[in-house]
Formats: sequence, structure tokens, C-alpha cells
Amino acid sequence: MRLLTHNMLSCNIKGVTNGYPLTIEASKWMAKEVDFNGDFLRNIFVKIEWKVLIEAAKVMGYTDLPVEVDSSMLNSDEFLQKFHHALLEIHVEEGALICPETGRKFPVHKGIPNMLLNEDEV
Amino acid sequence: MAQTQSIEHDLRNVSISNIYLGSGSTDESRHEVLTPSKIASQSAQIRLVSSHNEVYEPCDDSFALVDALLADRTNLIGLKPTFCLEIGCGSGYVITSLAIMLKSGIGGGGTQFFATDINTQAAETTTSTLQSHGVHADIIATDLASGLQKRMEGMVDVIVVNPPYVPTPEDEVGCDGITASWAGGLNGRSVIDRILPIAHKLLSDKGWLYMVTLTANNPMQICRVMSEYGYSCRIVVQRSTEEESLHVIKFWRDSSKGSAASTSNEGCSSSSWLSLLSFSSFWKNSSRH
Ligand SMILES: C[S@@+](CC[C@H](N)C(=O)[O-])C[C@H]1O[C@@H](n2cnc3c(N)ncnc32)[C@H](O)[C@@H]1O
Repeated sequence: MRLLTHNMLSCNIKGVTNGYPLTIEASKWMAKEVDFNGDFLRNIFVKIEWKVLIEAAKVMGYTDLPVEVDSSMLNSDEFLQKFHHALLEIHVEEGALICPETGRKFPVHKGIPNMLLNEDEV
Repeated sequence: MAQTQSIEHDLRNVSISNIYLGSGSTDESRHEVLTPSKIASQSAQIRLVSSHNEVYEPCDDSFALVDALLADRTNLIGLKPTFCLEIGCGSGYVITSLAIMLKSGIGGGGTQFFATDINTQAAETTTSTLQSHGVHADIIATDLASGLQKRMEGMVDVIVVNPPYVPTPEDEVGCDGITASWAGGLNGRSVIDRILPIAHKLLSDKGWLYMVTLTANNPMQICRVMSEYGYSCRIVVQRSTEEESLHVIKFWRDSSKGSAASTSNEGCSSSSWLSLLSFSSFWKNSSRH
């Protein structure tokens, strides 16, 4: 699971209203290099919850993201490289995503978050 | 009824590639000529697709969907999608093919791909199929797009679905393992009918949905539902075997069509298009494949 996905996932249990962001618990993670595309990053920037991305990256020990951001930084290659790495290259392989409201743990196994609900949660 | 029939008659004289529902479309219906080698290099290779005995293997419907995407590849590249999503990815054959064909057209990293499946084995199988083709998609084991829906509302530019569409008893729908890959409940519509409002919610203004349907699913009625949400549609690929007839239908937002408020004019063109679907012999003869 990349941090892009984490940034997009909320707890889906019926009745939960504050199910975002999910807290990451990671026992195994890795970085995999992928193609850099500045246009994609510039496009997506406004859709990313920045604070959520910073906190998620920290769990995996990546602390290079600036806390304060604005769109002028999208002209900086150095910034884009960091954004790219945090969003698209860090993978949570094993661990869990925890709902901030209910404490429900959604397992992440072999890099795949499992958001399937039990019957009483739908 | 009489009015509908006369329009059908007119449309039957129109070349197939020009038939689509709605007006002022952003869909330009351009078609590429595909040679076998081009197809091979632009889609997943069967020998590299992973398998598992509880996961749906690529079948006629999967091939029809990939062929539809290939036929529409120029338009897809022109769309420059930011996010693509497959609901019910199974072996991963379709999302892998989509990633391959867009990567060569748009460039690596220009589009990000997501795929979901209710079957955790399918999610794992898809991961390995993607890996063996050197492309990436983010896989989530979930029901349809549950968990993504809130944040990704209005963000997805392309959704592809080969849903479980076989008419079955309702209690087989969403069962564990491979049963979920075909069991579609009453008229094969149980899962499809849950997908339509979700796709509508997820799609961006320029977004497109490609979906496989069976004649038994009443595709005309599906188009009517989507028309009420403000979408136009056309058949991209049609396949008939002795037992069944498959359609891959593409839906796109028609800006001239207010949601839930189609004017009488559009209502008319929609009914004419919809009734065309019933001319299966007509479609069979005109098939491009
Ligand atoms: C007909 S198979 C298609 C598989 C693959 N996309 C292909 O074309 O070869 C349908 C897939 O949808 C999945 N599925 C069924 N119900 C689902 C649901 N509610 N949410 C997500 N996936 C579902 C099944 O597990 C199966 O993998």
C-alpha cells in the first residue's frame, strides 16, 4: 500500500463519521523506485491531504517533507522529488490501518489493505 | 412506440462507429486500426497473468473489455486520466492491460491506477500479474469502492468493470471465492445496480465508465439509469456466442444533460439508441471484430 492510497482511504464502517485519517501501524515497509512525472504531481497536489501524508511518511521514518506548503513550491524540483517519493515510492507491506473513531484495525498484508467489513459493520 | 420505430430505422443506416447517444459529446469516437502485434504489446500477456483456483481467469468478457479499451485507446490517451479504477479486478488482466496501454501513450507516472476486489485471493493475484508486467496499481481488498468513496468523490477519470453479471439466486451474490466472480442475483443485476450510483459519485466531470453487460442484464435499462444521472453511452464492443451476447458499454457525462432532467429531445434519442440494443442481429453483422 502506497501513501497515495492511504491518503484516499477512510474507515467504511456504517455510522462512523470521523473515520479519516486511518493511523498506520507498519511492521514491514519498503521503497520502490517509480517513474517521476512532474505534471502528475502538480495535478494531484491540491487533492492530497498534506498533513496526513507527512504523518504517514514519518511512520516509515521519512521526515523530509516540509510542514508548510503552498502551490508555489510546485515549481521546485527538489520539493517535487520529495513529494514523489513520499506519495508513490514508500510501500507499507505488513501492518494495519486503525480507525481513529472506533479503533477497528484493518490489516495490511502483502501490501494490500483489507477494508472488508464484518456483517455487523455494514 | 411508432416514433421510436422510425428513429430506429434511420439509425440503422448510420455507420456503426457514429452511433452514440446524446449530443455535444466530448467523446470523439476515434478508432485505431489494431494489428495483432500492436494488441500484444498494448495489453497484458496471458502467459504472464497469475492464477489461483479461487480467482476468475481471463475469459471472453475480460477480452471484450480489454478490446474495448484498446479500440478507445486514442481517446483514453487524449483524456489524460489522473486516476483510473477497476472494480472487481480478478486476475488483474484488465487493469494490467489498461496500465500498459496508457503508459506507452501518456508516459510513466502520468496516471495512477487503483483496483479493488472483494476476494482477497484476487487482490493478491492481481498484484503479481501487475508485477510480472512491470506496471503498478494500488490494490485494495474491499466491497466495490468502499473506503475510497469519500475521499475520491469526483476524482476518478476512468472506471472499468467486468461485474458478476450471471443471473443466479440472490444468496450466491458476494459469496466467498470464485462464486462472487459470476453470481449476479436477479437478472444478474444485483452488483451492477450497486455499482452505478458509486461510479457516478466517483467519476470526475470528464470521467468515463466502461462496463461489461449481458443481454439478460437488460443493458437498455442500465443506460436509462445512467441517463438519469446525466450520462450518454455507446456500445464499444459487442460479442455474441451461442448462449450469450456481451456488450461493453462506455458511459460519459453529457454536459448538455442535466442530472435527472433529460429534455424530451434527449429522451427521444436515448430511447432510439436503447432499442437499437435489441437488434442483436444488426449488431452481430456490424461487429468490428
Ligand atoms: C467477472 S469477474 C472479472 C475479473 C476480471 N476483472 C476480468 O475481467 O477477468 C468479477 C470480479 O468481481 C469481483 N467482485 C464481485 N463482487 C464484488 C464486489 N462486491 N466488490 C468488489 N469486487 C467484486 C469478483 O471477485 C471477481 O474477481
